[in-house]
Amino acid sequence: MNKEYEILQSSKVSRASGFIAIFLIIFLFFAPWWAGRADIRLLSEIFLYLSLASLWNLLAGYCGLVSVGQQAFVGLGGYLLFALTIFSGFNPFAAILVSGILGALISLPVAFLIFRLRGAYFAIGTWVVAEVFRLSFAQIQSLGGGSGSSLPVGIVKSIASSKAMRESLTYWMILGLTVFILLSVYLILRSRRGIALIAIRDNELASQSLGINILRSKLFVYVVTAGLTTILGGLIFLQKLRISPDAAFNVNDWTAFVIFIVVIGGIGTIEGPIIGVLVFFILRETLADLGSIYLIMLGFVAIFVMIRAPKGIWGFVSSKYNIELFPLSRKLKEIKGE
Amino acid sequence: MDWINSIIQGILVGGLYALFAAGLSLIFGVMRLVNIAHGDLIILSAFLGLTISTSLNLHPFISLIVVIPIMAIFGYVLQRGILNKTLGNDILPPLLVTFGLSIIIQNSLLEIYTADPQKMNAGVIEVASLSLPGGLSIGWYPLIMFVISVLIIGILQFIFYKTALGRAFRATSDDQEIAQLMGLSKNHIFGLAMAISMVVVTIAGIFLGVRTSFDPAAGPSRLIFGFEAVIIGGLGNLWGTLIGGIILGVSQNIGAKINPGWQILAGHIAFIIVLAFRPKGLFHRIDG
Repeated sequence: MNKEYEILQSSKVSRASGFIAIFLIIFLFFAPWWAGRADIRLLSEIFLYLSLASLWNLLAGYCGLVSVGQQAFVGLGGYLLFALTIFSGFNPFAAILVSGILGALISLPVAFLIFRLRGAYFAIGTWVVAEVFRLSFAQIQSLGGGSGSSLPVGIVKSIASSKAMRESLTYWMILGLTVFILLSVYLILRSRRGIALIAIRDNELASQSLGINILRSKLFVYVVTAGLTTILGGLIFLQKLRISPDAAFNVNDWTAFVIFIVVIGGIGTIEGPIIGVLVFFILRETLADLGSIYLIMLGFVAIFVMIRAPKGIWGFVSSKYNIELFPLSRKLKEIKGE
Repeated sequence: MDWINSIIQGILVGGLYALFAAGLSLIFGVMRLVNIAHGDLIILSAFLGLTISTSLNLHPFISLIVVIPIMAIFGYVLQRGILNKTLGNDILPPLLVTFGLSIIIQNSLLEIYTADPQKMNAGVIEVASLSLPGGLSIGWYPLIMFVISVLIIGILQFIFYKTALGRAFRATSDDQEIAQLMGLSKNHIFGLAMAISMVVVTIAGIFLGVRTSFDPAAGPSRLIFGFEAVIIGGLGNLWGTLIGGIILGVSQNIGAKINPGWQILAGHIAFIIVLAFRPKGLFHRIDG
């Protein structure tokens, strides 16, 4: 009874979704030619939230590092963009890339501190760090202190002279970074390290006994996520052109909404944040006029989903139809048997 | 003299921070739940106290007689209706559900009371002070607040270690299955723990609302102060939490003395120093 198997990591559905994704990216690349300025802004915002959500999902969904303080790095990215362009004369895009490296470096001592806290206490610890960042940047008078400052016109003009070109360039940067982040998350999770992360997610004790270095795996993800979140922060405030400590380190904008997106879509899946971001923006575009009532509704929806369908929309779909658009699991297929 | 004065003020406000922390610590001790909405519940009870004391024309402290039962019942129902469903091996559901609750409370308060800061008026007690030798003077209100906070922590300690209810709390905390076998209802015990936590939260909320002005968005920073007091003092040690609250209060007041913008930052820095050098807190966990 010798049987031979091959290991499959893709399916017809996943190959089809791969092709659709490529066409979609090409289609979105040409958006400045077919979409209006308001649409470009909306698309940029959707991509920024998709990126933030995918990174938070990698942290919380795969590493159990539930952070409610990712606004620390969003705000840091924004402030580094302003500081590097105003004080050091960097080109804005160069400043954003450099700030990514700085963000990753700064996340190391932060991790040294907050990795001492477990579970939910880790979550609040990340929040304290974000508050420390907010209060510290509010003390820097040359960046406007508590009331914030605007990006000088000269620096804005250095991106491109015409407004349309500037907005298109920023849009492409955001689109490119989103594709890069989604691809990185996917490739990290398919790699040897990703298998280790999934093992940690499923059973920390068992994975440790198989020789996985849990601390190193988690630290790797935390630092990569921090660096990329810092870059996203730079892009967010390059679009806004104005920064203040309260906007930069806002827990609602940069963490609560992101958590909502991931939970609704399906935590611990790559597809979840994509579904979640679509649901979030559909709700926002139709209900945002309601103001705080809208936020109360988001809260109730999040609680309802967490209790009734903790795997979110995508978790429900994939368990019902057994499909993965971005396949991580491996399937055995018999190719020759006697 | 100014410095000594700030330190004394810091110690006294530390009692209030320990109250923020005590409710948080109790819940974590019994059911390993960290309630992200804890600070918002403090603010919610301050607003309830405000409404009841102004509409019934009661002194804020007397309004406690009405607000405490409301909040305790709310806590019990919240626990049995929602939070018990989230408890398990996974830490995500309770964390995210209480985070959702936090957003609901904040925005509901915003909808009802607007974003304007409010304050409760407790009359002469707020400004009366006690003169000490050496030109120091201590306000009666901060002093009473401190003494009552210490008293409440003493009562919680007593409940936890000397009563049948406390034994049930500790048993459920140690081993839920065995506690159930011994005839305890886990869901009921957790409900009672949340109700007691809400009693402490309400007292803290009224104290806060008389001491300073508050607005619907003031909750998260109270959660953070409470959390810092717990970690500085050491998990599972209520007297440690009191010391943690005092250290936090003193650091904030010293920070404010150096530069008003550094008040809150100085408290966070004290927390970070403790976390870096004594990650398990200054005091050890006490069991039994």
